[in-house]
Order: sequence, then structure tokens, then C-alpha cells
Amino acid sequence: MIRAHVLICGGTGCTSSGSQSIQQAFADSIEKYGLTEEIKLVQTGCFGLCALGPVVIVHPDGTFYSRVEESDVDEIVSEHLLKGRPVQRLVYDDVAEEHKEDAVVGNVSLNDTTFYKSQNRLVLRNCGVIDPEKIDEYIAMDGYAALGKALTEMTPEEVIQCVTDSGLRGRGGGGFPTGRKWALTAPNQADQKYVVCNADEGDPGAFMDRSVLEGDPHALIEAMAIAGYAIGATEGYVYVRAEYPIAVARLQIAIDQAREYGLLGKNIFGSGFDFDLFIRLGAGAFVCGEETALMTSIEGNRGEPRPRPPYPAVKGLYGRPTVENNVETFANIPQIILKGADWFRSMGTEKSPGTKVFALGGKIKNTGLVEISMGTTLRHIIEDIGGGIPDGKKFKAAQTGGPSGGCIPAQLIDTEVDFDNLTAIGCMMGSGGLIVMDEDNCMVDIAKFFLEFTVDESCGKCTPCRVGTKRLLELLERITRGEGKIEDLDEMEELCNYIKANSLCGLGQTAPNPVLSTLRFFRDEYVSHIVDKKCPAGVCKDLLQFKIVADKCKGCSACARKCPVNAITGEIKNPFVIDTSKCIKCGACISTCKFDAIIKE
Amino acid sequence: MKSLAELQAIKAKMQDKVALREGSSEKRVVVGMATCGIAAGARPVLSAFVEEVSKAGLAGSVTVSQTGCIGLCQYEPIVEVFEAGKDRVTYVKMTADKVARVVEEHLKGGNPVAEYTITNNK
Repeated sequence: MIRAHVLICGGTGCTSSGSQSIQQAFADSIEKYGLTEEIKLVQTGCFGLCALGPVVIVHPDGTFYSRVEESDVDEIVSEHLLKGRPVQRLVYDDVAEEHKEDAVVGNVSLNDTTFYKSQNRLVLRNCGVIDPEKIDEYIAMDGYAALGKALTEMTPEEVIQCVTDSGLRGRGGGGFPTGRKWALTAPNQADQKYVVCNADEGDPGAFMDRSVLEGDPHALIEAMAIAGYAIGATEGYVYVRAEYPIAVARLQIAIDQAREYGLLGKNIFGSGFDFDLFIRLGAGAFVCGEETALMTSIEGNRGEPRPRPPYPAVKGLYGRPTVENNVETFANIPQIILKGADWFRSMGTEKSPGTKVFALGGKIKNTGLVEISMGTTLRHIIEDIGGGIPDGKKFKAAQTGGPSGGCIPAQLIDTEVDFDNLTAIGCMMGSGGLIVMDEDNCMVDIAKFFLEFTVDESCGKCTPCRVGTKRLLELLERITRGEGKIEDLDEMEELCNYIKANSLCGLGQTAPNPVLSTLRFFRDEYVSHIVDKKCPAGVCKDLLQFKIVADKCKGCSACARKCPVNAITGEIKNPFVIDTSKCIKCGACISTCKFDAIIKE
Repeated sequence: MKSLAELQAIKAKMQDKVALREGSSEKRVVVGMATCGIAAGARPVLSAFVEEVSKAGLAGSVTVSQTGCIGLCQYEPIVEVFEAGKDRVTYVKMTADKVARVVEEHLKGGNPVAEYTITNNK
């Protein structure tokens, strides 16, 4: 009998930090110590704590090893697996400190870490727990039971009613009620209807959907089949970015296994219901995450949006009624069917039940993936789960919703995160990217960054988006160069509102949000750039001047030797000076100076 | 897949195999596997537990794991049984032959085997 499982993260984060070779090393080592009959090696999806990868978990005790290297493997096998002594130096220290007592008996569990303890893992329940390439493990975790229940015990109307009652809202960012979307599609008659999954996750720094695809692909397949049954569709498409090779491979394996078991195909569970699923790869255009552009792309055409109405519920893929939801939305469905709408409503807030997955990034200690109940405060996410801001810096703002979203400033850190609260402060839930910024981030620069992204990604079909975002970016660039005028701010606001009101699709309609929200909460920073010609955070290079403080300079010449453009001159043992006309503001001198004598302002 | 029964069958077959990762086992058997324990013969004891627990169909509710030195080397091999809400039971000088009875009477039946415990072996 197997007495212990070694779970190795095979998500994209840990794979790139070398988890594949670690898995091989474990296999070799387990064999060397003759433990193959007792220890099982499992490759799982993402555990969420990507910053500390590669991650290895040993069950039943749940010992959580972080930053494991190939050379550590032999020690883990010979000490922990053979003799039962966890290798303390590799155990994630958040645990080691708090549970020193337990650690002595080898009972250090990942569930004890602050990072995991505060989460409510619903969508990610199987990520990091099961082997995503084994359908049997998914079935052991109640997998496909919801599909079985729907097909054998429920009518399509009852399925839709259950989803409607649950109050589930679209997790792709818009927050449209999923049940209503299905109910609008179901009555439309056609020779074929479609279920489409939007897995074209394009927000910079967001990887929620990727993790579900990599860690629990069967949940998506099951949910799409349920959706097919509910609306009367027999075919589904998953539109995934080609940049997600692991996700695509695992999803294909999962689809093949489901077909083999007859969970996709003809007459599923003997109910007479047929459903099959196909993958389509996206070529990396951000606009293809917009529902109509996505469907145009699946049809084989250039990914451009088209005006709505008609909505996809009436005329979607190939002109047929179509339901389109994102990966995370679908991943909620099986559990809602199985456990009921009331169970789902018991989590989260009144208008936003359930949970939300966030990809934590930026200036935060625990970068990674977290799932929290809706209504959790931003403070709890950042300070407790995220471990706070590194290097003792001050929290300035959190950016949600990527290029379509806005910033939540520090004074609103106690905001309870759900769809409506974020909209109320001019922000947006978005698909779940959450980028934390500290005092070193310039908010004008952040707005510029996201706008550069949308200018690049605008498909060019409609003028307000194609030309409007470009002009808006030019205004921002003028400000960061120190050439802005105070009237520019009003002009920008007007242009933003124009773009929002007139763009064809969601990309343009939301593109000005980063500008509007920074203007709203950080107008003083814009004013400093324009009036004082200063960047308070010291980011915008054109507004910076590097100076040597004469009192502190010992005249060692270290900076002068480092300067790539020979802008620093002086005599040994006398204060040096920077020629600002030559200086390219690269900052090499600052990091070289041992006496903190060089400042930028 | 033509029926729910087929799905249930796969689930039943697999459940024990993943239960280990849930961390929610009601009972935990810990075998002392430091140098002293291993020298005194803890490995066959561990293997016996793993086997007997599986045979008794308790894999879903009992986990078998090891620990380092418990600190009473003269009583090795030592096995401790932890159960939520109850005092732990410490078995000393265990052998593979004694395991079946512990599994049957204690883990399954709920009555610790008094004659193997530390209190009766001082």
C-alpha cells in the first residue's frame, strides 16, 4: 500500500523553475531507497505560491517544501520519506516559525500557513491536489458527478434555474449573471447551438485560467457539458492562448480521457445527450478575449469584434445561438449543481456570491495565486495572504482588472472586494489580476504603461479606440516628459469619456479606465509632473536629475568609472559632479556609490 | 460511461488512493523512525501497519506516517496513535506481529490494546 504521496507542482511557474528535473530526481531517489511500493509521485497543477517554487508537498502530513533544488531531493527522500524526519531547512518558514512544536513530530502542514489558511479554495480545490492528467483522480474528488446528476435527475430548465439561483456572475470581469446568459440562449431555436469557453487570458500578469486548465482541466469539460445540456448544444469550443503550452496539452489529454470514458461523445450516461469538445488556439491578440472577436477568430477569420446586438445568445459562433463563459466561471458550475444554489450563496456577498481567484503580483511578498471569498477586504488579501510589501515600503495602490481596470488607493484598503464595490470606486473586478504598487511606483507611469498596451492591442476597427487611445497616450507622454499643461488634464478626461462612450467593444470601452482612475485618486501626482516638473516617485526619467551631494562625496571616483557616458568628473578626494547634459539617467552611479552621496530628484 | 453506477465504481476504487491528501484523517499512526527506531526494527512495523490498515479497509480514515526520535530509545520501536479529542496512545517495543491486533482492536474497534502500551511495559 502507498503510505505517502509526494506532490510536485507542474504548473507553468514551477515548471520554469525546474520542477520537471526535480520530479525525475525524486523518481530515481525513491527507487534507490526501495520505496517505490510505498511512495507515490504525483505531478499536480499550481499550488498558488509561485514565488516560492518549485513547490513540493509531502502527504499525509502535508509538509510544504519550497524552493526545492535537484540537489535537495536525495535528502528529502532519505530523511523524510525513509526516516520520517522532515528536512527543516527546506520547509516554508511561515510554517516553521508558527508551528515549531508540531514540526518536531513532523506535522507541518501547508494548511497551517497564513497564505493558505485565509483562502477559500473552491475553483482551485483540485489544483495542487490531484494529478490533472488522470481522470480517475478527478472522479475520486466527485468529478463528473454533477454532470451525472444534471443528465439523469434534472431537466435543462432546472439546471439553468439552479445556476440562476446561485447568483453566479461572470468571472471574466464583466460580472454578468451566468444563469441569465444561459436562460437567454436556451429558448432560441437553431439546427446547432454552441458552448464556448473563453480561455484567452490576456491581462498582463494574470494567470487564473491557466492554473485551472493546468491543474483541473476536467472541471472545465464537465461544466461545458452541463452548459451544453442546459441550452441544448452538442458542441463546444475552448479558445486557449497558444502561449499556454502546458494548459493546452493537459486539456487535450483530459478531453481524450473523457471521450474514452464516454463522458464526452454520444449518449452520455445513457441519457441520450450528446456533447463533444474541441480546442482552438488563439494567436495572442488581446482583442480576441472580447466575446465577438473570439468567435470570429474561431470561425477562422481575423479576430475583430462586431457590433452587438445581435448578442451571441441569438447569433454567436457560426451565426448560431452561443453561450460563452470564461474558465473560472465554468469551474464553479459542477459544484453548484452538486451542492446547490444555497450552498454557493452561503459564501461571498449578497450580490456577488462565491469566491474569486486573484493573481497577486507586483510589490508583494507572496506573488502567486489566491482564491478568497467575495467581500474579503483588500487589506486582508495584501497584508495577510500576500504577506505585505517587501523591504518595509509603504503600500500605495492596488491595480485590478489590468488594462481595463483601475487603481484602489491606500486610503480605500479596507474596501470589501466584490463586483459592485469595485465598480463604485471606478475600478473593476476584471479577470483577477491584482498588481500591488508601493511608494516607488509613479501612477502616471502606470497609466501610461496600460495605455501603451491597449494602443498596441487595439484591433483598429473603430476610430474612437484606434485613434482615441493613441491621442490619449500622446497626452500622457507629454506629461511624463515634463511638457504637459494643466489644461491637458481636463482634455484627457473628456477624451476618456468619449472613447468609453463610442468604442465598439469592451477593449475600447474600458481602455481609458487606468487613466480615469489614476486621475481620480492621484491627480496631485499629475499636477506635480505638470506644474513642478517633478516625478514624486522618481520614475519618469525625463523629470529626474541625478546629483552628487558634495558633503557626502568622498571623491573615490567609483561612480565616474562606472558611468557609461563619462558624465561624471572630478578630482580624487574632492567632490565629483554630474554633467546633467550628458547624463542618461541610467542609475548605475547610485548603485555603485558606497556613501549614498548620489540622489535623484 | 453509460450509467452513474459506473462512475460510482471508479470513485469508490480511487477514493482511498487520494484520501491521503485530504489531511482530514480521523486517526494518525506515527511510527518512530529515528536511527534507534530503525535499529530496533521499526521498518517492518511500519510496513505491517501500512498493510494491515489497508487490509482492514481503513485507508480512508487512518494515515500511517513516521516521525523522528520520540526520546525513549530503550522502548523502541515506538508507535503512537493520535485521535482528535483523545489522549494519544503510546505503544512500545512493537513488532510486526503485534500490529494486526492494534489495527483490529484499537483503530477499528476503538479500544487501545492496553498490554502493549507504555504504562504496562515500564
